[in-house]
Amino acid sequence: MKLHEYQAKNLLKKFNVPVPDSNLISNLEEITTIQNNLIFPIVVKSQVHSGARGKAGGIKIANNINEMTKYATDLLGKQLITHQTGEKGLPINSVLLEEGINIEKEYYLALTIDGSVSKPIIISSPQGGMDIEAVAEKNPEEILKTEIHPVAGLLPFQSRNIGFQLNLDKALFAQLHEILTGIYEAFVDSDATLIEINPLVLTKENQLIAADTKFSIDDSAMFRQKDLFNIRDKSQEDSLELEAEDQGIQNYIKLDGNIGCLVNGAGLAMATMDAIKFAGGSPANFLDIGTANNPESVVSALQIIGSDPDVKAIFINIFGGLAKTDIIAEGFVKAKEQGLIQQPTVIRLAGTNVEDGKRILEESGIDFQLADGFAQGANLAVTASIK
Amino acid sequence: MAVLLDQNSRIIIQGMGAAGSREAEISIAYGTRIVAGVSPGKGGTEKSGIPLCNTVNEAVKKFEANVSLIFVPAPFCKDAIIEAINAKIPLIICITEGVPVIDMMVIKTVLENNKETILIGPNCPGILSPGEQARAGIMPIDVYMPGNIGVISRSGTLVYETVDQLTRLGIGQSTSIGVGGDPIIGTSQKKALELFEVDSETAGVVLIGEIGGSAEQEAAEFIKLMTKPVISFIAGTTAPPGRRMGHAGAIISGASGTAAAKQDALKNAGSHVVSSPSDIGKTVQEVLKNLGLL
Repeated sequence: MKLHEYQAKNLLKKFNVPVPDSNLISNLEEITTIQNNLIFPIVVKSQVHSGARGKAGGIKIANNINEMTKYATDLLGKQLITHQTGEKGLPINSVLLEEGINIEKEYYLALTIDGSVSKPIIISSPQGGMDIEAVAEKNPEEILKTEIHPVAGLLPFQSRNIGFQLNLDKALFAQLHEILTGIYEAFVDSDATLIEINPLVLTKENQLIAADTKFSIDDSAMFRQKDLFNIRDKSQEDSLELEAEDQGIQNYIKLDGNIGCLVNGAGLAMATMDAIKFAGGSPANFLDIGTANNPESVVSALQIIGSDPDVKAIFINIFGGLAKTDIIAEGFVKAKEQGLIQQPTVIRLAGTNVEDGKRILEESGIDFQLADGFAQGANLAVTASIK
Repeated sequence: MAVLLDQNSRIIIQGMGAAGSREAEISIAYGTRIVAGVSPGKGGTEKSGIPLCNTVNEAVKKFEANVSLIFVPAPFCKDAIIEAINAKIPLIICITEGVPVIDMMVIKTVLENNKETILIGPNCPGILSPGEQARAGIMPIDVYMPGNIGVISRSGTLVYETVDQLTRLGIGQSTSIGVGGDPIIGTSQKKALELFEVDSETAGVVLIGEIGGSAEQEAAEFIKLMTKPVISFIAGTTAPPGRRMGHAGAIISGASGTAAAKQDALKNAGSHVVSSPSDIGKTVQEVLKNLGLL
């Protein structure tokens, strides 16, 4: 789950990481109640789940109240389209009004988990404000990775190493250590998977401050991070994906093709998308139905796929392990009988209870194409999607 | 012979709920020795004909257990895995999906101090050695046949798919290992390759990776040193960056996470990289024929 910038900054503040003073508004009336507290210039920042907001026109600098009101009016209620959001963009339901800071220099800091060493790592670079992927490609020597041992925690020598790498004045090392410690504590405390501070700004007043931040939480930790999941902003997520989640289908991702996919297992679901591309088609979604303990979950999944206007054909690819092919077959028959799917459907069944599954399909008298294997199924689905 | 799991494996189940006891029954019918279940408070009773113990320690003492298969819900996996490590169980397999990454980080630091313990998973289908009729996991049995190909996969269903393609071509398997789909797992693909490389009954290995992380690149470093052929496939060529594709670990978040980067690394290491998921079996057949192994 992603946090908004303002949510992330509120959280970091609790861990003694300095952030600029700000006010959040979700409508224009709120400006009148807060404007006395602000010192201009003020940065008006759209709160959407995307990077590159500045380039897309979602961040403006206001020098007075009139400008601030104008920018807030322009942004609130609009869709912000960045290269990460797709062409529909994301709704700007709130803007952060943040006091400008006098920038002396910008740095990059991030804390994430490195699966190859199974530890949190701090990634730091003197190239602040840049896309870190681009820095990693062009100037890999500008990036330092610092592993943190979970038992020892972040140690002062590690902060010093980072301080020297960033070429900071030694007088700032204590500040840097306090910020890094705060980020690490916030990371562990909130089951984060990523905290990125980009840029970390050194102000002309010699203060280090987190000017922008991205914050992601481990979805598997929802059971113990209820407070954070309560502030999740669903308006930033796809409506079909949310509907799928409401129906208990956690693993549905909308894609831009026209072949709806219902698969068990994430790996097979990805491979099915690959097979469709290989056969010359394009998948409309990723869907892992999981263990599918009852036909109703299959019916719900097919309802979501069937109601997607982009879907021209459906490919059901099941290799039963824990999932039983007869349950999937039953669900398909029910969805058809309830008129939830109109699109031509190709079904490939293998694994647990496959004979029962095939028998249920044959006895139903419903129109579908049975595929013998993976490749054949993908080919049939692509052909059906073109007709 | 097989890798990790054979007729000498004495398996206990931690988490004798619906899934745990059902899968135990299937394994027992196949010929696997499931010796006990662990259900705190129910020690001395039995379920599905399997005797229950209160603790893993008790199961080790009474039943000489040497494998633990874990089905407990994700919030309790840290506890269950570390209980098994403390009881000196040499092989622990965690099937459960959704273990928080931070819990896995802690488990890995405990494993660092218990180097004799092997953890497989979490979020995996388990291990099956068909020649030994040994199944510790959730995979369908009838797709397997005994033979000399090792299978390693991050994804469960792609284990079944791969094994099925092999069996249909008359190519049997020594052992299949599902290493798990999470960003932090107990045993890496590289470590699994090392086990197959020294197994006298394994002639070649199929490696099924997917997008996200850099585990395939690390595996590729070992493939360079291997004497046995490795046929590999990477799922997720068509996945969009930044989206988690079901598995917590399957997310393209850096250059090394893309399918192309992984395929390149594997190719450069001398692995036979399959592009279409339906050609895995066929490619294994060709490679084995060319090497005179079939």
